[in-house]
Amino acid sequence: MNISFEWLKAFVPHDLSAEAVRDLLTMHVATVEGFERIRAELDPFVVGRVVESEKIPDTRLSFNKVDDGSGTLLDVVCGAPNVTVGASYPFARTGTRMPGGLVIEKRKIRGFTSNGMLCSPRELMLGDDHDGIMTLDTDAAPGTPLLDVLKLGDVRLAVDVLPNRPDLLSHLGIAREVAALTGKPAGMPAELAAVKGVKRAVRGESSESAGGVSVTIEDAADCPRYCAAIIRGVKVGPSPDWLRRRIEAVGGRSISNVVDATNYLLHGFGQPVHAFDLAKLAGAKVIVRRARPGERIVTLDGVDRALSPEVLVIGDGNAASALAGIMGGQASEVTGATTDILLEVATFSPRVVRAGRRQLGMSTDASYRFERGIDDAAVARMAALAGGLVIAVAGGVIEALIDVGAKPTARKSVLLQPTKVGKLLGDRVGSAETVKILESVGFSVAKGDAGLRVTPPSWRHDVSRDVDLVEEVARLRGYDRLPDALAGSRPSSVPDHPLYAVGVRVRDALVAAGLCEVRPLPYIASPDSGSLGAVRVRNPIGEDEPYLRTQILTTLARRAEYNLSRMQRDVRLFEIGTSFVVAASGDVREEMRVGALVMGARRPSHFTEAEPPAFDAWDAKGLAELIARAAWRGARVDITEGSAGTLWSVAVDGAARGVVRSVELDAPVWAAPAFGVEVTLGRVATAAVAARGTHDYSRGEIPSVRVPRRYVALPTTPAAEFDLALVVPDGVPATEVERLMRRTAGETLESIALFDEYRGSGIPVGTRSLAWRLTFRHPERTLRDKEVEGRRAQVLKMLGQELGISVRAG
Amino acid sequence: MSGATLTIGDYQALVSAFEAEAMPAIAGADSVDALEAVRAKHLGRAHGWLRTLSARLGELDRGDRAAAGRAFNEVRVRVEDALAERQQTLAPAREGGALADPTMPARHSWAGVVHPVSQVLDEMIAIFRELGFTIALGPETESPWYNFGALNFPADHPAMDLHDTLYVSDDVLLRTHTSPVQVRTLQAYPPPIRVLIPGNVHRRDPFDASHAPAFTQVEGLVVDEGIGFADLKATLNHFARRFFGAAKTRFRPSYFPFTEPSAEMDVVCGVCNGSGCGVCKQTGWIEILGSGLVHPAVLESAGVDSERYTGWAFGMGPGRTALARHGIPDIRILYDSDVRFLGQFSR
Ligand SMILES: [Zn+2]
Repeated sequence: MNISFEWLKAFVPHDLSAEAVRDLLTMHVATVEGFERIRAELDPFVVGRVVESEKIPDTRLSFNKVDDGSGTLLDVVCGAPNVTVGASYPFARTGTRMPGGLVIEKRKIRGFTSNGMLCSPRELMLGDDHDGIMTLDTDAAPGTPLLDVLKLGDVRLAVDVLPNRPDLLSHLGIAREVAALTGKPAGMPAELAAVKGVKRAVRGESSESAGGVSVTIEDAADCPRYCAAIIRGVKVGPSPDWLRRRIEAVGGRSISNVVDATNYLLHGFGQPVHAFDLAKLAGAKVIVRRARPGERIVTLDGVDRALSPEVLVIGDGNAASALAGIMGGQASEVTGATTDILLEVATFSPRVVRAGRRQLGMSTDASYRFERGIDDAAVARMAALAGGLVIAVAGGVIEALIDVGAKPTARKSVLLQPTKVGKLLGDRVGSAETVKILESVGFSVAKGDAGLRVTPPSWRHDVSRDVDLVEEVARLRGYDRLPDALAGSRPSSVPDHPLYAVGVRVRDALVAAGLCEVRPLPYIASPDSGSLGAVRVRNPIGEDEPYLRTQILTTLARRAEYNLSRMQRDVRLFEIGTSFVVAASGDVREEMRVGALVMGARRPSHFTEAEPPAFDAWDAKGLAELIARAAWRGARVDITEGSAGTLWSVAVDGAARGVVRSVELDAPVWAAPAFGVEVTLGRVATAAVAARGTHDYSRGEIPSVRVPRRYVALPTTPAAEFDLALVVPDGVPATEVERLMRRTAGETLESIALFDEYRGSGIPVGTRSLAWRLTFRHPERTLRDKEVEGRRAQVLKMLGQELGISVRAG
Repeated sequence: MSGATLTIGDYQALVSAFEAEAMPAIAGADSVDALEAVRAKHLGRAHGWLRTLSARLGELDRGDRAAAGRAFNEVRVRVEDALAERQQTLAPAREGGALADPTMPARHSWAGVVHPVSQVLDEMIAIFRELGFTIALGPETESPWYNFGALNFPADHPAMDLHDTLYVSDDVLLRTHTSPVQVRTLQAYPPPIRVLIPGNVHRRDPFDASHAPAFTQVEGLVVDEGIGFADLKATLNHFARRFFGAAKTRFRPSYFPFTEPSAEMDVVCGVCNGSGCGVCKQTGWIEILGSGLVHPAVLESAGVDSERYTGWAFGMGPGRTALARHGIPDIRILYDSDVRFLGQFSR
């Protein structure tokens, strides 16, 4: 909402600067987001009076002595024909920047020095007139700022009005607040003093005629009130200066006296007003009705629109002539030829206007106000004012004022315990202060035994409970006045959500492992899962990415490709985020997952290793273990051969948790292969906790109590170890060999470590050589060589018998 | 048994002599070059001792050759091991050059990165945890009731226009704020409640320099007996001082359907210190968060007695803070996941 500082001052005469008004509104009413000085470029110009003037022979120029208030008369050369001794003109001293950008400098013309310039309207961008310099009708002293004389300066304040306060969408609304905050009374602007001559209204319940025009409301729910001023004999033409200036001050464009008058009501009082060319309304009829199926209208913006019964229209005897509360129709537009008009001042249902304008995909100044709610008690008064303003600026006579519909009932009152104000604000606010503040912004307050009975003014639509009144007191007193001291608090009954701590642990582990966390968008192009259904957004931001991901790795793959396209070959990304699938029940199932993707060099290159090896599947397997151990401390982690399309499956305490796999990328030839891990950390419940208006305090998540690890005493005896280099037939997995060795090595076996794999010369085809180191330790004594040798023999025997494994020769 | 020119005893003496000469020479080599000379003398293919010893095996009796060969091999292994070990000791001087040039760079592993938005979030969470807040989480897909109805949004009202919503179906939408978790928490736990709610939210906004359709929010909720606006103000001021330094704040009126009274908190612009600059759009202030007392209708939606309990809530966007803090001009950079961008924020 654009507010003109000068227009506002016309409603509430105050002595604050524009900056002070800005700060006052921001701190107590609504945030002022924009602050724009209008004609600030004219600030440096002053009134200059010509004291002497003589023609320079053989030229159109004159040589003048100009008084600019500085005490020294300045020599100024001027080319205008209308320089008059004793007259005042806008004067630019040397150094002044003209609105066009030129800087006035001291210069010599035909041998005469010129110290400044007397200006024409066009040079000041105040019109097209360039026939001569601009004579000022003023007796202001030379040196007076030009804007003080012309009264053209203004400040445009852009106020961010939130949806609960439509009453602030006008100068009157803002003026009420300024009045309450400054104690200066608000009133009618002086420029409306001449507005008068309104006939008494003719009232009807749902239909009425007067002045040869009939007005009918088909459904009072759509349109509770419709006032029509019938004006004949207007002369459509340019607006008077004061009206044009008001419209331009809020960023509008002056169109004609009649249209500008309706816009004055809109911006000045928040009342949308529409003017019809009465001659174009078939049958001189106004019927407020729903559009008929298939009906069309060409609106003022030239668009031919198809209508549906959702849209409320103003019909004449034949067709729709306007979209009620949204926009007029081209057919009944006021033009230069118009002589008779019908001014519409009405209340339309906020819901109906909203539904209609959404259906049509449009929003106008009028619909914006109607769907938020206007001051419905002011409609008849606004109709009279609109009629009066039109005849004041465009002539004609008001033949009739038709007022159809019911007068609005008074607002519901709200009971307020005065002590509640102080309690909620944490400050001492007396009952008297509360009453005074509420009354200052139009509330009526009646004191009773039960408390204060407060009735909101007709322009407020946001007050239905006592807390709404507490807000009025808080903001008008000022939030800054409230005390600020940290008080003690009771501990929260809510434990940390278990997944939060898990996520932090996993993230820290992956960062320590050298991976980079990412937070990309979760939308993807096509379903990325086979059996489970991907969730599709019904109204996606782009049709190119309408699905929600079912896997984090899908997102990471796209991010890896993004990096490859920027020639980044070493990519180590991870994300802890949500995956979405449609469960069998049809509900959306959400999981918190971690995905990690690695490709390219395993470590940075160094002068000792110019090309470090690339990440391979074993690194990914290691990341899977790292993630699982960080997420589930102390749990059993099994990484086993994966099912189709994956390298490994990740299980924690026997439950499937994730996969390790190669990641297919749209990659250039120089890119290294990409490997990925995806692990589900847990499910995020999407079901309702409890029914509306109820709670279920048994449903809170309590993190499971962790079983602590037992301390194992450190060894006091020496270990014995030996290596086994074995020839293992293909098809026998290493884990199976290990399992057998554990089974047969006896209880003094401490650890088994696989340290080499070899194929090639010396190893028979169809086998591979694997080498393990076995470490033995007795808890109480040193193991004898013979004992260890016996274990070795036993292990080798069993390996040979059960798995056909022999010792590697040589 | 005949024709032998060399006895096994002689051969063993030769082998011992070789070892006795080679070992001190290896140990005494004080450079890689010196060691290389020792290697050439004793193990060289052309003239070395080893070659000689190996050749002379043929002069032995056939029956003695196996024993002599064993003796030869044992010594060869010992000498080669000694050479390798000495080489290992001297090698870094040549390969690494660290001794010769200590300015050469260290060997590193990859540096991991916590995303800049997470870093901001972590710092925010740390401050509130000191004040006794715990962490609550909730789903990103929500019912319209949790997202709007329970939070006192008037049905079919322009207030909804502030939340352009992505729908999955009539009954499921992508949450437009983290506030549904307020209701879930109030339904699941009795007061006193002090929670912080981080999470992703979705808006039907085009992806451009200043908007993203999915972004991170963090929200706080306090509900107990006797909670008022002064508590809100004190806590959030404390947060602002800790997070932004000795920052001045101001509270100005605002509107959220789920709080009443509602206020927005600004901190004084850190760039211009309040005098007005491009960053703060000449106002001297930076908008940080929205806040207010919990609307009694929200408490009632969750089955909480709104006469007995009151509370306050606030919400803010760590993404915007990250942009401002690091001078990132385009929000999309946070989502691109370019490793060069991420690398700028490594620990
Ligand atoms: Zn600033």
